[in-house]
Amino acid sequence: MGSPLTIQSEQNFLQKIQQLNWGLVFLILCVSAVGFTALYSAAGGSFTPWASRQMMRFAVGLVGMFILALIDIRWWYKLSWPIYFLGLLLLVAVEFMGHIGMGAQRWINLGFIQLQPSETMKIAVVMALAHYFHTASLEDMRRLRFLVVPALIVLAPVALVLLQPDLGTSLMIIMAGAAVLFMAGAPLWIFISAGTLAVLSVPVAWHFMHDYQKQRVLTFLNPESDPLGAGYHITQSKIALGSGGIEGKGFLQGTQSRLNFLPEKQTDFIFTLWAEEWGLFGGCFLLALFGLIFLYGLSIALRARQNFCRYLALGLTVNFSLYVFINIAMVMGLIPVVGAPLPLISYGGTSMLTALIGFGLIMSCHIYRDSKVTRI
Amino acid sequence: MIKSTRKRMRAREKRRVRKEADNTKVFSRRALFIGALQMSALAVLGGRLAWLQVAQGQRYKRLSDKNRISVKMLAPVRGEIVDRFGVPLAVNNRSFRVLVIPEQAGDLQISLRALQKVIDLDEERIEDVLARAKKTAKFAPIEVKDGLTWEEVARIEVRLPDLPGLFTDTGQIRSYPFGVATAHVIGYVGAVSKEELGEDPVLSLPGFKIGKTGIEKRYDREMRGEAGASEVEVNVVGREVRELKRTAPKPGKRVMLTLDGELQRFTQEKLAERRSASAVVLDAQTGAVYALASYPAFDPNVFTHNLSIPMWEELLADPGHPLTNKALAGQYPPASTFKMITALAGLKAGKITRDRRVYCSGHYQYGDDRFHCWKAVGHGYMNVIEALMESCDTYFYELSTEIGIENIAAMARELGLGERFGFELSEEQPGLVPDKNWKMGHLGEVWRPGDTIVNSIGQGQLLATPLQLAVMTARMVNGGYAVKPWIAGLVGEQERERENWPKIEMHKGHLALVKEGMDRVVNDRKGTAYSSRIEDPAMAMGGKTGTAQVRKITMAQRMAGIKNEELVWKSRHHGLFVGYAPLKEPRYVTAVVVEHGVGGSISAAPVAHDLLLETQKRNPAAKILAASAAE
Repeated sequence: MGSPLTIQSEQNFLQKIQQLNWGLVFLILCVSAVGFTALYSAAGGSFTPWASRQMMRFAVGLVGMFILALIDIRWWYKLSWPIYFLGLLLLVAVEFMGHIGMGAQRWINLGFIQLQPSETMKIAVVMALAHYFHTASLEDMRRLRFLVVPALIVLAPVALVLLQPDLGTSLMIIMAGAAVLFMAGAPLWIFISAGTLAVLSVPVAWHFMHDYQKQRVLTFLNPESDPLGAGYHITQSKIALGSGGIEGKGFLQGTQSRLNFLPEKQTDFIFTLWAEEWGLFGGCFLLALFGLIFLYGLSIALRARQNFCRYLALGLTVNFSLYVFINIAMVMGLIPVVGAPLPLISYGGTSMLTALIGFGLIMSCHIYRDSKVTRI
Repeated sequence: MIKSTRKRMRAREKRRVRKEADNTKVFSRRALFIGALQMSALAVLGGRLAWLQVAQGQRYKRLSDKNRISVKMLAPVRGEIVDRFGVPLAVNNRSFRVLVIPEQAGDLQISLRALQKVIDLDEERIEDVLARAKKTAKFAPIEVKDGLTWEEVARIEVRLPDLPGLFTDTGQIRSYPFGVATAHVIGYVGAVSKEELGEDPVLSLPGFKIGKTGIEKRYDREMRGEAGASEVEVNVVGREVRELKRTAPKPGKRVMLTLDGELQRFTQEKLAERRSASAVVLDAQTGAVYALASYPAFDPNVFTHNLSIPMWEELLADPGHPLTNKALAGQYPPASTFKMITALAGLKAGKITRDRRVYCSGHYQYGDDRFHCWKAVGHGYMNVIEALMESCDTYFYELSTEIGIENIAAMARELGLGERFGFELSEEQPGLVPDKNWKMGHLGEVWRPGDTIVNSIGQGQLLATPLQLAVMTARMVNGGYAVKPWIAGLVGEQERERENWPKIEMHKGHLALVKEGMDRVVNDRKGTAYSSRIEDPAMAMGGKTGTAQVRKITMAQRMAGIKNEELVWKSRHHGLFVGYAPLKEPRYVTAVVVEHGVGGSISAAPVAHDLLLETQKRNPAAKILAASAAE
């Protein structure tokens, strides 16, 4: 007992390759291709400076994804805690040697990549929680004392990310953690009371927010109040989206983005650029691709036989979907501007890398879906 | 033992499997719930997208176009003003100017201060720009200074990086080649005032000028033209990316005046020999104005640049009223130039005949009142021709009581006094022809015979403008046609309709008598204007002098024999003269008024001599204005 044993016989390399979820790979390729197209247009019909670099990153990331996918899930299980603590260490490091951008410390320059530890931490938190809940029974989940450790797993990085300060990312870590807690069978009253508490704590949180964060919230509530000031981003983004109409303005014809009315068009507002040029058809097409990816993640989680795989696959899927929802809702003016990229599409190394790492792990869950991780 | 252990193990295994099954069930349920949540979130996003792109699509499309398309107005070229020979009187010169867009300047004050170091820019101007910037849209350019030299433009261009929001361009500046000489007729253009804004979008162009006075004002609409438009796509900082559509501006129409520019200049120079004077030269048959001048005047070219406040105040303080066109707006007692009207009224009423003589003893006694003739020793016996020639007052005093004011006033009106002609220059004043009704209406007094006596020699309440006096003369010498003055010959291709002037009911013989009197005024040795006669018989003129009392001559002055020229300038009499030429079939008429010129024969008649001689030499009537001639 306690030592891993397999139900299924070990697979050879070729079988593993065959076991890769090629449908999901195809969807990832499609979404990334949308990203390349949008970046090509954002540069005014040029591969430089964004599209070509993004494609190279994607190629590297794709290879990395395959490698991660082929690594035995039991290794990931064993590595969960070390990865989590390494992530925490990096978050501490960024406090001391991080680069300051947009008024927050977020990056560590590793030479070849600008690493944003808070991004990779989202994966590490899901891994650590999946590890912790792997052996939990439903009775365990009802014991409040049992939930102290997962709370710490989530809150330690949240505290560090808040120090940067990055409210958006810390909220996303909390949401991803809550999702894993939920799927692991935590009693519903926890979520209900936590939600109530969150609502009640809004005034307190307001007090501790930075001015730029307060401004973002205020602007969100009434963007037209100052269309040339803080509300500019939201207003211009809505104009770009709306003026795209059903059929869009056409490839490379997005006037809002081409004439620079649209801010951050290659990063946070890339969905706007896409939907301005390709209209409702293009926008819905992209949303559908994302939907199919979510469903793939869900089906992998449902198909897995081990709790670790289930929680990891679904947790990472939820994490990915949160990015999508938050980014798109933001550019449509549904939520305040939080500065979250659209995974696989926005220009940027870390977000591309994080997304592909996530999918590598999800696929590992798929390949080793029948492996027995441990006995309970 | 073993059995029980096995049993226990089996039971534990069973529990484990059940637990696992429970776990799986809970997970599946919650995983599906999460999946459903994700799908509904996607649906919300899709719905929002559809709302923005379909339901609100048109609205956002407009906003997007508003973002990217900037419509720039293109200034039309103002129509030129030329004289009857096509000589330009008002033209457009290219001018370099510097403008500022407040939005791009950041701190406007700092930008302007920086500019002040580069070019000469006075405080007034800076304050004006700052005030203007507060009133207009931030993105609209404001003219800071125009009329820059090429060197100044170069200096600004070099330092442009240090002058945020500023830029130079070439505009148009109105220029008047004849300067002072045409100031009152042509007028000038100036910046659009707030009250004038609004009706035409072109007026909001930076530095756009509109006519403020004279012909510039009267035909502003025609000369202004229509703005063109350039639709340009601009990026977020307002830089133009490309032009989408261009509508060329429509240039304004050219206005050709009946004026003879050189004659106008000549007239102005002649008037400048006096201290304050005005004159009109008309075509006796058509009413066309060949020259219309008022001295002192101002330089309209200064007005189109920047007129400084001290200069403006100086113009306002000048007793010669340089800003007033006295040829139309100056109202004077017609004095003895009115005697032809009294004569014609008397002839018409049958009270005057060629041979009826009146004795002049130097005054006329009516009841207790004594009315003095200008010649204290008297003229002796006078007939109508001699009375005109020597300007005998007593002759008209005595007959006026028989003729009656109603007949005199009626004749005055028929000949053009007391009315506005609807002349193109709006400063035109009506003058005044008093009669019984007028006096009762305005002064509440009964008309007395003394009023008629004073009026008969053009004094009293009678007032006329030089333009009216010229028209009066024209109507007398053209055979009795009621011509009216006009000055705009052609507006664009629009030919002015040649009016057939109505004939005034008048006996030819009466006019001939008056004309003979006017001939004798100039050409008879005893005439009051003999010294101003034209020697060349082919060009000889006729006319009538007039001396308008500014102030009643007191008995003390009369007794002391103080001469009028010894009084202070402001108290001296006005000198008037109306004339025509040539004697046979007169074509040109003139009216000259010299303010405080002491007497008509010494101040006004010499000017009239020069004008009529020069006019006949130039003979502007030979040049016919027609649309084809506008080319």
